[in-house]
Amino acid sequence: MKADPTAVASGMHFIDGNEACGEGAIAAGCRFVAGYPITPSTEVVEQISRRFPKIGGMFIQMEDEIASSICFQGAVWAGLKAMTVSSGPGISLMMEHVGLAAITECPSVFVNVQRGGPSTGLPTLPAQQDVMQARWGSHGDYEVIAVAPSSPQECFDHVITCFNFAEKYRCPVFFMMDETVGHMLGKVKIPPADEIELVERVYTKRPPGEYLPYKIYEGDQPEMVRVGMGHRIHSTGLTHDERGYPEMNWQAQDKMVRRLCSKINDHVDEISIAQSDEVEGSDVTIVSYGITSRVVAYAVDLVRKQGLKVGRVRLVTLWPFNEKLIKDVAQNTKAIIVAEMNLGQMVHEVERVVAGKVPVHLIDHAGGAMLELDTIIEKIKEVAS
Amino acid sequence: MSDTPVNPVNDLLRLERMPHIWCGGCGIGTSVNCFARAVAKAEIDHEHLHVVSGIGCTGRVAGYVNVDSFHTTHGRAIPFATGLSLSRPDSKVVVYSGDGDLTAIGGNHLIHAARRNIDMTVICVNNFTYGMTGGQVTPTTPYSAKASTTPYGNYEHTFNLPNLADACGAQFVARWTVYHVRQLTRSMTKALKTKGFSFIEVIAPCPTLYQRRNKLGDGVMALQYYKDQSTIQNGADTADVGLSFQSDIVVGEFVERDNLTFMEGYEKRMKEILGDGFVPYKGAK
Ligand SMILES: Cc1ncc(C[n+]2csc(CCOP(=O)(O)OP(=O)(O)O)c2C)c(N)n1
Ligand code: SF4
Ligand SMILES: [Mg+2]
Repeated sequence: MKADPTAVASGMHFIDGNEACGEGAIAAGCRFVAGYPITPSTEVVEQISRRFPKIGGMFIQMEDEIASSICFQGAVWAGLKAMTVSSGPGISLMMEHVGLAAITECPSVFVNVQRGGPSTGLPTLPAQQDVMQARWGSHGDYEVIAVAPSSPQECFDHVITCFNFAEKYRCPVFFMMDETVGHMLGKVKIPPADEIELVERVYTKRPPGEYLPYKIYEGDQPEMVRVGMGHRIHSTGLTHDERGYPEMNWQAQDKMVRRLCSKINDHVDEISIAQSDEVEGSDVTIVSYGITSRVVAYAVDLVRKQGLKVGRVRLVTLWPFNEKLIKDVAQNTKAIIVAEMNLGQMVHEVERVVAGKVPVHLIDHAGGAMLELDTIIEKIKEVAS
Repeated sequence: MSDTPVNPVNDLLRLERMPHIWCGGCGIGTSVNCFARAVAKAEIDHEHLHVVSGIGCTGRVAGYVNVDSFHTTHGRAIPFATGLSLSRPDSKVVVYSGDGDLTAIGGNHLIHAARRNIDMTVICVNNFTYGMTGGQVTPTTPYSAKASTTPYGNYEHTFNLPNLADACGAQFVARWTVYHVRQLTRSMTKALKTKGFSFIEVIAPCPTLYQRRNKLGDGVMALQYYKDQSTIQNGADTADVGLSFQSDIVVGEFVERDNLTFMEGYEKRMKEILGDGFVPYKGAK
């Protein structure tokens, strides 16, 4: 399916990541957004509120983020592509509805323009401290998909990726921006609508009476439905059976929860997006993501010119974690450095997968500023020598 | 043709889910009975009726009605229903939940949906307690009444729900007890036909917890109290309909208004400002 040409702002633009995210959502076919103002994400909903009345979309500024994070799910069940947008404290308030989206298998996009925390923390400054929250923030076992852009262009491109994932995997999808990428101005090329590939929502074709909303007919996803199709569906946040009816026992729980996880974990290869270069035979490989990967890229270029053998891996999708990729890296390099704008979150995943095969080092940062080029170069030299 | 009379409410129920979880003498089922009759009376086709509940004994209503229905999270039925209602302008969205769900944890959403005049009907079953979790105090528990978390009697001020909904701009506000089945059915029918935000408080017994803990007898005793001490005052000033422990209960239809709904207000404003540049939101039509 292609994007709607009457809505896509095709052409070259010089805009920031937040605006690019708003335009990307529009291009992705999102026509309902519920949000609540919070720095540094507010410009996304401001952009949406300017654009939507001209393209038949609906933005509603709700009374809080708890409301926003469920309001848009009501629109999804009505048959729309929809999302919510927030940062830090707002994302914390949304967590119960991340779980609701997971258990009801509601295609949901949560945009998180990350800022420093905990609590009110650093409203106007960047961080990558919500990586584990995205993965584990709501109670219970479930899986999410998370995507981290590193430029305004990617804010456009990859919010579309998020909507496509949401449709395909029917799970909460986090778009893990951060303050720097959100407010960074850059050239953004918005392609013609017919060059934007979208995953269309496929509704069940089974007639009423022959369809159960949580039954697996083919593959590992139930068939999607919306209200008004005659199926008289019931959707609940309680553990449920194929009919969607509550079932309170461990067998139903086991069946449901395992599938909520396996429908993501069995598709890591299809979901995973990563870039790596010169890992093979390197003395050290540096792993990073989001805005940090830009500083890292620069640092790696510099030390390579000085003759160091340094590999580079950039994770675009953070969750589900691509274990195979990191295992391969550990086979082909002598040491790994993880660089992230937090006190060490993704490094735990890397350490777990590497399992002592090569040393794993961390370049951390408590948030509030980008990682320093010199710090990265020094660490590379120290580990490589 | 069989001679066995078919219960007129069966049509709206997921009969395969019976028996329901509610205790004997609980008032929630009576309210659902009235609701089913009201849906029939209002001639709302079931394909265009969506019921959304929060969490609680009353919250289970969504699971028993045979329409597209959603059992959401505690207190958040209204914001879910907001997204659904705006995106399905051709449907009627009903929020059916308890006093704790709608007025404690969900109180913020209640007042804002009423203020925005979102097109939905909210049915609040007020049993003066958190039934599902074992009878704790709620914002509607009367002064001095006992609850599991006010073992010495409640000492907080209580909400006057019709007054709250009225003050926030609800288009239709009524209160009945489950003794008043005919009147309740009529008001529910009216609410379903109301354009914009309508609110009905249904006073109902929770014999298992509230009645027992306060030594008020069973469900029948509750109905006797409702019968003896209710006075019908349609059009009463909602400021005067507050309740206290085993007090008189003013019931009736209190408020009827005809203000612009959220969607009407949005379209009016956008047309004024954007003219032909405005593309109305059609939802998922
Ligand atoms: C976020 C959250 N907090 C608390 C609960 C526990 N809980 C479930 S139902 C309920 C109270 C319901 O009371 P009410 O809305 O009055 O419904 P009733 O059971 O009386 O019909 C509570 C506190 C929950 N499910 N979720
Ligand atoms: S606990 Fe109370 S409210 Fe819940 S079903 Fe029993 S009587 Fe009804
Ligand atoms: Mg209650």
